Amino acid sequence: GAGEGKLGLGRPALPEEIAAWDVDVSPDGTGLPVGSGSVADGEMIFSENCAVCHGEFAEGVDNWPELAGGEGTLADEDPVKTVGSYWPYLSTAWDYVHRSMPYGNAQTLSNDDVYAIVAYILYSNFLVDDDFVLSNENFLEVEMPNANGFIIDDRAETEYSIWRSEPCMENCKDSVEITMRATVLDVTPEEEGAAAATEAAP
Amino acid sequence: MSDMLKPSRRAFLRGSAAAAAGLTAAGAARANGPDPLITEVQEWATVFGDGVDATPYGLPIQYESDVVRRNVEWLTADTTSSINFTPIHALDGTITPQGCAFERHHSGAIELRKEDYRLMINGLVDTPLVFSYADLERFPRENHVYFCECAANTGMEWAGAQLNGAQFTHGMIHNMEYTGVSLRTLLNEAGLEAAGDLADKWVYVEGADASSNGRSIPMDKALDDVLVAFKANGEALRKEHGYPVRLVVPGWEGNMWVKWLRRIEVTANAVESREETSKYTDTLADGTSRKWTWVMDAKSVITSPSPQSPITHGAGPLVITGLAWSGHGAITRVDVSKDGGKTWETARLAKPGEKMALTRFYLDTEWNGEEMLLQSRAIDETGYVQPTKAQLREVRGENSIYHNNCIQTWHVMPNGEAENVEVS
Repeated sequence: GAGEGKLGLGRPALPEEIAAWDVDVSPDGTGLPVGSGSVADGEMIFSENCAVCHGEFAEGVDNWPELAGGEGTLADEDPVKTVGSYWPYLSTAWDYVHRSMPYGNAQTLSNDDVYAIVAYILYSNFLVDDDFVLSNENFLEVEMPNANGFIIDDRAETEYSIWRSEPCMENCKDSVEITMRATVLDVTPEEEGAAAATEAAP
Repeated sequence: MSDMLKPSRRAFLRGSAAAAAGLTAAGAARANGPDPLITEVQEWATVFGDGVDATPYGLPIQYESDVVRRNVEWLTADTTSSINFTPIHALDGTITPQGCAFERHHSGAIELRKEDYRLMINGLVDTPLVFSYADLERFPRENHVYFCECAANTGMEWAGAQLNGAQFTHGMIHNMEYTGVSLRTLLNEAGLEAAGDLADKWVYVEGADASSNGRSIPMDKALDDVLVAFKANGEALRKEHGYPVRLVVPGWEGNMWVKWLRRIEVTANAVESREETSKYTDTLADGTSRKWTWVMDAKSVITSPSPQSPITHGAGPLVITGLAWSGHGAITRVDVSKDGGKTWETARLAKPGEKMALTRFYLDTEWNGEEMLLQSRAIDETGYVQPTKAQLREVRGENSIYHNNCIQTWHVMPNGEAENVEVS
């Protein structure tokens, strides 16, 4: 029974199949399952599943992502962007942890585990008290500090309107000086020989 | 990795030797006596080469072993959520060989058989559907060439000149001819009556891998030119590029080109997933951040001469070549400067620019061993002129991470070597 312009390919998805794959959670809470988890439970689950990379206090180990800290640093020279300092919606944290963490062993956490881990991440960012319990019912009450920190792409107004003009072809600058050189940093892999030789060149 | 180190090192030494021989070196064609490569019968002119059964699926000849993807270890915590780089310094034309086309994964390159592949369309559709791979091959097909550029391409260069080579500064890009089904066709198969007014609707797309890489795409783009692709450059997608099915999102940042595509959901709002909140948002100097910066603006780079592709032939005729591209449409012009932007001359496009595809440019010139500060400047069909890094920084600061489409400068020295520099 193909409809207009349809080829009749594929078959209807079953409710169980949609439920298995459609697990995304939106900022308004759409998609959140019934469940709950406490900061205390989250601390234990986080310690067992997450701390090896993200640190016992979600502060990050080595090069692995920091999940906590960085409040007020977004305009700094080196901003620290974490769930607390940067992420606009808690839904994203729940959704991402549930679907894609722990790294290398994703989709192994129960819904309640995820609520508990997210509660612990909030606690690590000083956004809730240590007796806090996160659930699908109070989820939208949590205030994310950087919720209003985003603007929709405004390049059309701030850039395109300026840079869509005929460019200079002759006598465009009085002088040109080299202000920075990559070989000074010397962080390009397997090019050490080249960098050294360049430094030695007259 | 040590095998890959040698050819690169050799190539450099060869370049140095030629440079050391002086600018009069012009190669074997100006030999003092008869050339034994001509006067003596060479082995390959006498005995057999390989039979046609030797290589059912061939790789490049060993002498091209430096034309490979490269990893920069310090960039990321783990190679399974990381990036590597296309050797654009060594390529020509516009089509990227799949085998050295860059990779970016968030939980590794997964192995997904066609038999195990399923694509679901659900959400605000009349009939949620499941397709097998075989189903997809029965829809009408389209062919298009498009560039896929990582949003972070050139991102390490925001604060200054850092990595020494076009591969590293501009190599998070590839350009392929895709075969697939338009996303519009598949959405129509599920039916969009249930979605009501399509103007404010979205599709959320995600992959079959652990990272999922979910992204929200506005419906007008989804119904315009987005492709559900299963072939690239004539053959099946490579495993690392999404085998058996990926999304192709012309002109838009590479992160949205979801690989191992498993689900398309029509939604009333953007999901605001991790890859469009925590990542792929661009922080400005005042601490606010742009989101949904989907389009890749006009950009270009000179691929040769460049730090990994020094001038080794001495003075005389020199081909300056590079790539230009724009997510807003076709490249109409590329200008080249040899003096750091004081004066410009318009380069020759190898072919007229194609929409949202790499365009090759050449400047056939003479070089007399003088220092050069080489730059290229792309202009697209909207009249947009590729900006300098200073112009970008003035609007954005230095912490945007993504969308660095600034003019690149290579400092070519009298010995023919080139360095990544910034100029005033």
